Amino acid sequence: MKTLVLVEHDNAVVKDATLATVTAAAKLGEVHLLVAGKGCRAVADAAAKIAGVGKVHLADDGAYEHQLAENVAPLVAGLMEHHDAFLAPATTTGKNIAPRVAALLDVMQVSEIIAVEGERTFKRPIYAGNAIATVESTDPKLVITVRGTAFDKAAAEGGSGSIEEVSGPGDAGLSSFVSLDAEASERPELTSARVIVSGGRALKDGETFQQLIIPLADKLNAAVGASRAAVDAGYVPNDYQVGQTGKIVAPEVYIAVGISGAIQHLAGMKDSKVIVAINKDEDAPIFQVADIGLVADLFQAVPELTAKL
Amino acid sequence: MKILVPVKRVIDYNVRPRVKPDGSGVDLANVKMSMNPFDEIAVEEAIRLREKGAATEIVAVSIGPAKAQETLRTALAMGADRAILVQCDDEVEPLAVAKILKGVVEEEQPGMVLMGKQAIDDDSNQTGQMLAALLGRPQGTFASKVEIEGDHVSVTREVDGGLETVRLAMPAVVTADLRLNEPRYASLPNIMKAKSKPLANKTPADYGVDTTPRLRVTHVGEPPVRQAGQKVGSVDELVEKLKALGVA
Repeated sequence: MKTLVLVEHDNAVVKDATLATVTAAAKLGEVHLLVAGKGCRAVADAAAKIAGVGKVHLADDGAYEHQLAENVAPLVAGLMEHHDAFLAPATTTGKNIAPRVAALLDVMQVSEIIAVEGERTFKRPIYAGNAIATVESTDPKLVITVRGTAFDKAAAEGGSGSIEEVSGPGDAGLSSFVSLDAEASERPELTSARVIVSGGRALKDGETFQQLIIPLADKLNAAVGASRAAVDAGYVPNDYQVGQTGKIVAPEVYIAVGISGAIQHLAGMKDSKVIVAINKDEDAPIFQVADIGLVADLFQAVPELTAKL
Repeated sequence: MKILVPVKRVIDYNVRPRVKPDGSGVDLANVKMSMNPFDEIAVEEAIRLREKGAATEIVAVSIGPAKAQETLRTALAMGADRAILVQCDDEVEPLAVAKILKGVVEEEQPGMVLMGKQAIDDDSNQTGQMLAALLGRPQGTFASKVEIEGDHVSVTREVDGGLETVRLAMPAVVTADLRLNEPRYASLPNIMKAKSKPLANKTPADYGVDTTPRLRVTHVGEPPVRQAGQKVGSVDELVEKLKALGVA
């Protein structure tokens, strides 16, 4: 089977989510990549070095600069004449583009797979991760999005793929990019961090969140996350949100501070290797999944912890 | 401008789903069902656009069993003007839903389709994008802000790195994210009034759509269970544990 993987990038570097998708694609067969963007030759060069990659299709055109689905999907659909499966990371970019590709090919997409069971059989979580479905596609072509935390990352070095320039229909003339209001952060990215410190509503307000969570995260070189309650209360911007409707993470260590552990939050972090919970309510559901729990008032325990690290 | 709002009847988000012991699916017998939360947000946004004078009529549509009528009545009670039920007793996959919705769009000619970004039962996050593709129209997914600007709509999208704004030619398909708005509750008088609003009954065959599933679900099982670990008695013990994990 020949697979085509959408490379997630910012026209400069390959984003980590791509590497896990390559691992999933390699289980199906030969891996080809698509780098669609503008002035993104460096991305294609880096992508060609990913271990196990055969060919890199480079579509360098202004129409693809901001990965608008209206422009990228027809390009992918065209390349699918020579491929059997299209895989995209289940990031906001992948989720935006892949279903549009699937509809153009008249196939059903298999969303957010967590395991490859056979050439056409996959496992995926449903009901916010409360059930795992095994599904088999009967379509002639496969369109799949891949949950990054469920697959190991392919090595970013060691491959020797060839780069081939391709072109697509270009600008569909339906949509245009206006602006990107990016959260500037020096910290590791949430979805790829080794350690995450996450805060909940118990932190009281945005200022307290900054005073308690940030220094602890700094000490541990960790990414900062939050529960939906903390985001809705306005303590932090919504791209910090971990959960069913936010980001799905699986770091080595996830430290939940003042988070009760609602199912919507657990759906986003319960695949973490080690979960640490600090909460003053010893009956909080978070303790049912935590490997290490500390029943304590976070306003005392967190500063003490930060000081002793 | 007319706005079409597709809504789905799903398990209530407060209910913890139970997997059937025979692995055939999730047990939905006698379980509380509600409107998909993201669809409530879409209905609310459509009503707000009408209140601002940007929309004139709101049509709610649902594809599902006869009971999906209740979900449509909820949309009508919130403020939708009329409803269409495309009755189908088996589960319909996003691709078939998108095809049926394409038929509805061709019939109704709305200026915008406003729907939830995903349903909380199958967690697919596909239907809006598929509908946009089938119609050959632009899509504004994961919207946290929607502003009509003449014959274009400006949509602020919640993307992984922050917020992205795109400008789309209308008609467009917009999918609502959690922070687009806070949906209103239907008042009792409005619930009563909703009972007399028009609700049309259709079938997938009316739109010439074959709803045969493309994906075969061979098994539905429980996720791996995490065991509760141990509690530590003090911050010092926690520091020790973190050091043992190699993170401190």
